[in-house]
Amino acid sequence: MTRNKYFIKQLSIFSENKSGRLAAVAKVFEESKVNIHAFSIAEANSFGVVRAIVDKPELAFDAFSKQNYALQYTDVLGIKMNDVPGGLYHVANLLGSIGINIEYAYAFRTGTFGTLIVKVSSPEDAVEKILAAGLELVPATDYNF
Amino acid sequence: MAYYNEKIETLPRAELEKLQYQEMKVLVERLYANSVFYHDKMKAAGVLPSDIKSIADIAKLPTMKKTDLRNNYPDKLVCCPKEDLVRYHVSSGTTGKPTVVAYTKNDVELWAEAVARSLVSCGLGRGDVLQVAYGYGLFTGGLGLHYGGEKMGTTVIPASTGNSERQIELILDLETTAVACTPSYFIHLIDVAKKMDVDIAKDTKLRTAILGAEPWSESMRQYIHEQSGVVAHNIFGTSEISGPMFTDCGELNGMHICGDIAYTEILDPETGEVLPPGEKGELTMTILKKEAIPMIRYRIGDITSILEGDCPCGRTSPRIDRLQGRVDDMLVIRGINVFPSAVEHALLRVPELTSHFMLEITRTGPLDDMLVKVELKPDAMTDSINGLIGLQSRVERTLRDALNVSAKVELCPPNSLPRFEGKAKRVMDHRVF
Repeated sequence: MTRNKYFIKQLSIFSENKSGRLAAVAKVFEESKVNIHAFSIAEANSFGVVRAIVDKPELAFDAFSKQNYALQYTDVLGIKMNDVPGGLYHVANLLGSIGINIEYAYAFRTGTFGTLIVKVSSPEDAVEKILAAGLELVPATDYNF
Repeated sequence: MAYYNEKIETLPRAELEKLQYQEMKVLVERLYANSVFYHDKMKAAGVLPSDIKSIADIAKLPTMKKTDLRNNYPDKLVCCPKEDLVRYHVSSGTTGKPTVVAYTKNDVELWAEAVARSLVSCGLGRGDVLQVAYGYGLFTGGLGLHYGGEKMGTTVIPASTGNSERQIELILDLETTAVACTPSYFIHLIDVAKKMDVDIAKDTKLRTAILGAEPWSESMRQYIHEQSGVVAHNIFGTSEISGPMFTDCGELNGMHICGDIAYTEILDPETGEVLPPGEKGELTMTILKKEAIPMIRYRIGDITSILEGDCPCGRTSPRIDRLQGRVDDMLVIRGINVFPSAVEHALLRVPELTSHFMLEITRTGPLDDMLVKVELKPDAMTDSINGLIGLQSRVERTLRDALNVSAKVELCPPNSLPRFEGKAKRVMDHRVF
């Protein structure tokens, strides 16, 4: 089975919720010459999960593994948004109407449009529904090389 | 009532030692004849019952340890017909396996006798109301104080642990004069009373506390007195010797170990040599008349010394000082014995974790908190925060089930906890007693 071209490989990295930990994570990217397109931090209790979309996920994965980080690939989708007031509403409203439940999301802007990164429970299914609803997905190759 | 059993409690020391020797001789002969375990142990040590010719010869006898009970789980050390047993108590395990202690009718009575004498030595008598706020159940604290209290004629309230506001209401409504519980729980009760606008010294009849099952200090005794006007007595015991048994008397200077019930020695923890009074070492006890599971020279693992000199209270039994630590790495968390090896054993059951961990013990207010830092295995990572929180709660449940005490768990990244060469120092105990 060929990998769905819209599945973006996100890195999910376990980190302690302590000062200096983000810098330590960022340093691994820096040292392995991996560029970060987007990232977010989710925290719970004493720990956090750093989620990042990068240009060379495999390279980054190896670099983190070598330094004993616990990390995982997660397939996420990138939905294009118009960079105008109401851009997010339009997308979110459509996702709601076609019954897509978002586990988490974060957004960033490249060039003239915004991208909403979403984690959904069954991405295969979601890709079809999202495209059928007339929304545009960003191909993974735009981010992961 | 000055003494519960004046004759025996004030028996001149020389006579007491004679009595101890006689009891010991009978015990050794009985065990040599009836206990496969102790028979083999004596044979291995090259000692025969006939070698015990004086009280000093007791030092020739082999010692026993907690591992002997554990290795003979559940009842292989029971030395009487099973139908003669009237009760079991079970203590939490150190490596997953608990230890079982069994009692005949006489064992329960002897235990109650020791507690009764101790409670009288604390100044209690008929007309006192003793609220037992130790746990009732497999733990020996609740039933031990209960039977002793009833035997010496106090009115006993089997309050058991927990529900602190209810405890204060009982103290008020039933005119409780004495409470038995752990020292940290008593300090908690003082705080709860304050929150309820109850001044223990003015509004209640509570004047005595019988505190034990966890380490505490003279400064805690003073604090309790300043905050509540209550005189706090120290009680000692462990399930292997029956349960809580011996307290300090009104002098508040050492716990009297009733000489006709127990023979006390302090051993050098390294060499096993008997140390003289005044020297610190491992507390070792022989319970002279125990029937179901006799304990000869049982090395309890607590560090203390036998106090020199006679006690002004008139009791001739030897006194031991406050416990000053352990020879092993056992911790007492909220009155429950916890061995780091038990934590290690429990964590093995969680496949998402490495074998490394750290224990941090703190005391916030009166209560102990145990934090267990564990390490996530790299391949156990999940993107789901709920998944990680779920793992954390699963580890907390696993530890609570294994240790009988709750612990907070902190998930740490792989390879982030200290590695030890040689003896691991996994415990950071920040408590001040």
